[in-house]
This record gives sequence, structure tokens and C-alpha cells, in this order.
Amino acid sequence: MKARVHVTLKNGVLDPQGKAIEHALVSLGFDGIDDVRQGKVIEFSLTESDPAKARANVEAMCEKLLANTVIENYAIELDA
Amino acid sequence: MKAAVIVFPGSNCDRDVQVALEQAMGRHATGGEPLMVWHKDRYFDKVDLIVLPGGFSYGDYLRCGAMAANSPVMKEVVARAAKGVAVLGICNGFQMLTETGLLPGALMRNADLRFVCRDVTIKVETGQNLFTANYAQGDAIRVPVAHHDGNYFADDDELAGLEDRDQIAFRYCAPDGAVTPEANPNGSQRNIAGVYNETKTVLGLMPHPERLADPKLGGIDGRPFFDGLVEALS
Repeated sequence: MKARVHVTLKNGVLDPQGKAIEHALVSLGFDGIDDVRQGKVIEFSLTESDPAKARANVEAMCEKLLANTVIENYAIELDA
Repeated sequence: MKAAVIVFPGSNCDRDVQVALEQAMGRHATGGEPLMVWHKDRYFDKVDLIVLPGGFSYGDYLRCGAMAANSPVMKEVVARAAKGVAVLGICNGFQMLTETGLLPGALMRNADLRFVCRDVTIKVETGQNLFTANYAQGDAIRVPVAHHDGNYFADDDELAGLEDRDQIAFRYCAPDGAVTPEANPNGSQRNIAGVYNETKTVLGLMPHPERLADPKLGGIDGRPFFDGLVEALS
């Protein structure tokens, strides 16, 4: 099973890198852009075949290491 | 007084803080030198102070301090902190302390996205008899900073709690002690440069007092910090 974890900054947490990307896009002439937020994607394979167990396992990984829940949210995608 | 400096792959202020402490211990009758403990060690001798030094542990992979916070030695550090052993985290060490949850909040990329490396002035916000024994509340002291991720963040409830419990140790300020937006080098909320845990036995700060603790380094403004600490723990 493949897991993909999206880690993004929580609403209300300033994202200076997102702002810099936004300014760069605007200066390149891309119009109508707002609220750029930068995050990260972490992908890995799991030997676990039970989706519920796999999700619980990946959630534990997010809480323990992959995300800092003081400032970040995470979303988990699982593909069989 | 016995101290340990934890060394991680990528630490680069471990020797500086070892020397600053050793000199302070030499000026005090206690003498001796701090123990250097490798990150893979799961146990080390009983000490009165544990220092997590500055640097770029594990190459700052994932998030600054995140890997170090989960390294073998850190379980022991967390267990000893829970028993009341004094823990000091400087710069990367502060980032580790927030990542372990020993200190509240998080340290994010500097607001202007630039690495900042210069002397700043910080105000002693909460006087206490362990980490700021040689300072009075309100003192403004010169200390170098050198970081890319020192922008302190905590949510509004957490910040209010920190203020109420006097957990804000230092704030960035102008040379005259005024806490102004201009004196904030990295965008930290409420100019926060250092925080305590609830029992004030764990301190994390971004500035580096060990980098100004010998005349050869351009000043000894950081010496009272280490002298006070050694005095308090001896």
C-alpha cells in the first residue's frame, strides 16, 4: 500500500515562503493569485494491507514526527 | 556542579558552550569540565545541567530539531527534565525543545526569509534564580544571533498563558531596553527570544550567550549568564 502525507501550515500561521512565491508569481505576470501556502508531501510504501490499520499507523507517524501539530495540519491519502 | 553537552551530527556550537561553561566553572570553585554526550548514547552520568547546543543537527531535515527530538539520547533528556534537571537549549537546541514538547510553541522560518547573523539586544523579561541569576528583570543584554528559523510562534491562547505564568524569558529589544518591532530580527510573536517551561527549569533561547563569553570572541557580555548558572547549580 502507498501512503501520501500532505503537511500544510494551519490557518492563521503566517507563511513567509508562501508569500514570497505569491510575489514571484505576480511579478511573472500571473494575475488573480491570492493566499499561496507552501507545504510538503511525504510518500512511502507500507506492508500493511488493512486500510484501517494502515491509516491508524500513518496517523501515529504524523503525530510523532511527520508534522508539528503546533503549526501544521496533515492529510493522509492511501492507495491500495 | 556537573553539566553535559549533547552532541548531534551537525551541532556546531557544542565546543563553544563547553568552553563557556568550563571557564565559568573555573571561575567558580566548582571547577571541572562538562561531559560531552553523543546523540546515540541512551544513558550518561548524573548531571545538574543538560545543554542542547546550537547548530544544524541532522542537516535540519524535515524541520529544524525534529530529528534530534527523536534521537536515542533525547528520551533520557526528557525523562531527566521531568525530574527537574535543568535543561538549556540554545538556537537549534531551542528548536529541539519545542519539537520534544518540553517547551511550548514552534520556531518557524524568519519572517523576511533571511538568515540573520549579528548582535542583538535582549531584555530579561522574567528574572529568576537559575538561568538569569546574574541579571535583574528588565536588564538589556547584548547577545549574538545566527539563525534562519527563529521566528517564534504560539497561538493566542498559548501566548496569553505564557504571559500569565511569566514563562517569557527574553524579548528582543532596542539597546535602551524598549521592545519595538524594529528590534525584532526574525518576526517572532511579541518579540519573544526565549521561553521557560512551567517550572522554569527548562529554558530555550535563540541568541547565543556562549558566542560572547571570551575576550577573543569580541566581548564577554555572555559571561554573567554562565557564571550565574554555575553559581545557582553549585
